[in-house]
Amino acid sequence: MTLLRERLGGAAVLGIPLIWIAVFMLLPYAIIATYSFWIKQYPTFVPAFQFGNYLNLFTDPQYSKVLIRTLKVSLLVSFFAFLLGYPFAYFLAFRCRSQALRTWLYMAVIAPLWVSYLLRAYVWKTILGTEGILNSFLMSVGILSEPSDIFLYNQFAMVVTLTYIFIPFMVMPVYTSLEKIPRNLVEASADLGMRPIPTFLRITLPLSMPGVAAGFTMTFCLTFGDFVAPFLVGGPDGNLVASVIVTQFGTALNWPMGSALAIFVLVIVLAVLSLSDRVERAFSPKEA
Amino acid sequence: MVMALTTPADKAAPKARRGMMQRYAADTAFMTFVAILMAFLYIPIWVLIVFSFNDSRSLTWPLTGFTLEWYEKLWNNSQLQDAIGNSFYVASCATVLTLLVGVPAALALHRVNFPGKKVFRRLVVLPITLPGVVTGISMLNLFRVLGFNLSLETVILGHATALLAVVVTQVSARLERLPKSLEEASADLGAPPLHTFLHVTLPNIRSAVIGAGLLSFVLSFDEIPVTFFLTGRDNTLPMYIYSTMRRGVTPEINAVGTLIVLFSLILIIGAVIATRERKK
Repeated sequence: MTLLRERLGGAAVLGIPLIWIAVFMLLPYAIIATYSFWIKQYPTFVPAFQFGNYLNLFTDPQYSKVLIRTLKVSLLVSFFAFLLGYPFAYFLAFRCRSQALRTWLYMAVIAPLWVSYLLRAYVWKTILGTEGILNSFLMSVGILSEPSDIFLYNQFAMVVTLTYIFIPFMVMPVYTSLEKIPRNLVEASADLGMRPIPTFLRITLPLSMPGVAAGFTMTFCLTFGDFVAPFLVGGPDGNLVASVIVTQFGTALNWPMGSALAIFVLVIVLAVLSLSDRVERAFSPKEA
Repeated sequence: MVMALTTPADKAAPKARRGMMQRYAADTAFMTFVAILMAFLYIPIWVLIVFSFNDSRSLTWPLTGFTLEWYEKLWNNSQLQDAIGNSFYVASCATVLTLLVGVPAALALHRVNFPGKKVFRRLVVLPITLPGVVTGISMLNLFRVLGFNLSLETVILGHATALLAVVVTQVSARLERLPKSLEEASADLGAPPLHTFLHVTLPNIRSAVIGAGLLSFVLSFDEIPVTFFLTGRDNTLPMYIYSTMRRGVTPEINAVGTLIVLFSLILIIGAVIATRERKK
């Protein structure tokens, strides 16, 4: 009797989330997966089972160029977020001696996440534009004689903007993994005569790899699917894959192609996730 | 060979001093780096705020003068006010809904063993890394297949689905730190499961639930990609701002932005107070 009631309770707790996930995640993915095999036939599309849309991804330069650009921008954003985020997290975990300062600095990095993502992208448009603050500032101090358009509407602007937006996603997991490293490991290494830099390279860095992997995953995947920054600061040659998906479902009216692109993004995200799981497991301390 | 002539004590002093110098140099380098990073993170936000009070239409340096004109324009902008109202409606409903589904999901993952648990966990937390464009597109197609008209309600369903991941990860993290013995003791004393949940589990995960709720609210209030695909004729605040941005940059956007920064600041402080664990 009690067993039955427990079973029922378990089913109730489990039921709602399971149904929700099935209806609002699995079913929608199945629908776009189906569409991705259809054929566009003006003015609509017809059901089919063929891989033409997927083939187009790699053979049609219209799409393959965008995919390569997206990959490049995502890697650059992850890399710069790492370059800026890691030393900061390291400072917080190992160098900062005041607990209050540490809390404040950590909060200061996370806080921008609570401020509208759209506005944080927009502000870079106002900073980097030809009429923007950077140009007018450089002119007023005499470095430039006329406004330059090299700052906005290119990949540089996208990388700066997206790095700015996604840095917190690198700092959070890296800091968490650095925090977990027992201090006596680093001390033991120093006692045994190892210099700080080799200690860092052979002990701290490997032990923080799970955090780095998580940070890379977040920044990479979020950049990979962004269409707001390309729209605001990317310019005509700045389309990323998500902007193309938007066009396929909008003006281009090619749902099958758009679905294939969306499925491709989904597959990339899943691949990055399982890769990062592997890295995490490889660098986790093995239980004896 | 020269080294052999000096005693260990002679050698130790300069070495220690060199160590200190190096440490000092490293500290200075780190502090400088942290200062630069802080500037990188906060100068843009100050730019946003300062230019909302500047009395020129173009956002150029140097500043020309102080004005509240842009705020007055906001005050009289009825489209914007509708958008703000819609955003509050969407964010509140989405938050309640995602908590109602997400907390049981976290409990189930923590407590119940069932086939496909690993897949379930992976799926639930997927939207954290999955770009909103995929969630948006796939749910748009679901609603089309089902014959739903797009409206603020479809946006709510989309947000609730995307935000499940946030609730589940935050609540799961707290549940993992909660000793199982508490609930076992409650069950041993004869409390029915619902009773145990309400009087033992829930009070212990309260701050995580509140924190997840606040974060969900903010993320929903700010959401673009899912909203972009799922909204009908009504605009939420970010969608309204996004559409005005098509017409170029104006100080009015800066004024909205400044108000959003202020609002976020209040929420952050609220979140810190609400989620602070009581120290005994």
